[in-house]
Amino acid sequence: MAKNIIMNNIAIKELLYKMADDLLVLGHRNSEWTGLGPILEEDIAFSSMAQDKIGHSQALFSILYDLGEPEPDTNAFMREAKHFHNSQFVALQNDDYDFSTIRHFLFYHADQLRFDNLANSSFEPLAKVSRKIKGELKYHVFHADIWLNKLGNGNEESHARMQTALNYAWNYALGMFEKGDFEEQLIAEKVFEGEQSLQNKWLTVITPIIEKANLKIPSEKDWAPILGGRKGYHTENLDQLVTEMGEVFRIEPGAEW
Amino acid sequence: MINSLDPRIARENLTEDNNIAPLTEMDQFETYEVFHQKKRGDQHVHVGIVHAPNIEMALLFGKDQYGRRGLTANIWVVKTSNVFCTEYEDQDIFETTPEKQYREAGGYKVMDKINKYKKENKV
Repeated sequence: MAKNIIMNNIAIKELLYKMADDLLVLGHRNSEWTGLGPILEEDIAFSSMAQDKIGHSQALFSILYDLGEPEPDTNAFMREAKHFHNSQFVALQNDDYDFSTIRHFLFYHADQLRFDNLANSSFEPLAKVSRKIKGELKYHVFHADIWLNKLGNGNEESHARMQTALNYAWNYALGMFEKGDFEEQLIAEKVFEGEQSLQNKWLTVITPIIEKANLKIPSEKDWAPILGGRKGYHTENLDQLVTEMGEVFRIEPGAEW
Repeated sequence: MINSLDPRIARENLTEDNNIAPLTEMDQFETYEVFHQKKRGDQHVHVGIVHAPNIEMALLFGKDQYGRRGLTANIWVVKTSNVFCTEYEDQDIFETTPEKQYREAGGYKVMDKINKYKKENKV
């Protein structure tokens, strides 16, 4: 029994870390658009959602803290890139707004479905956070769907750019569902439904929205998920991000803000 | 190169003589009027405008511009060009003569009567 609880804790920590790191890294990436958004109103909306994502990651880092991990700020800003568990997808550098919009759409839907499932998790602290942020997540995908539709059905250029961005993002997006080492245990303990089930739900939800936006999901024979992020394999994209993100914090780690 | 300490600007690789075309006239989306309701049953109150390419996005932006902080139950957006309004040059249609003050709500001296009643009945 005691062994079971300890194993469980490791499994839950792994789940929390990958979620928290995804949210922190994408929140940071999306915040890079602040001041550079296509129009003022969208700049504010996109920045506000990026802040929400960072807030959600903070909530998860707080749970990790309660489970004996470092204090949230230290955990977020003092780790090296190789100790991050985010998918490679979220660390990709921003290019144009087409790619950021596609990533926003693909990730935010997966994120909403993940938290939706976790709202009934047997691990109560996580269930509680999920229920609390439900409304924000609903708005995030509401926003993402409208942009996808608008740009997918816009003019020739916007449509072509969105399709190119979707093709580029797709295999990275599939990498979000990379399985962890404790997958079976999390499912058995009713902590989380598992990555496979989540991916299936995600495909069911996003497919009609993508079709309505007049875009095409790459054909299944070309699907090749880009994995490794969950196990700490990252590219220079994350090194660059982690260095920049923790730059100020590292000047004076104990400072009160 | 434009030297900026902001990493986002630095990454843009902007040059001093960049060929940014000047904005043409009306190079902006249309405006939508935003109405904000604090609680169900309250009146929607006009709070300002947003620029947007269509009404769905106007609603998104209205939510973020005006519903992000504080209490919100509901948001309305209306295309500014769909608002039918009086002209300022016709502002004189709202003028009224002093003799008609009896028709204004302020003309009723009802508070005197209420206070008198309260005093007599010690409410």
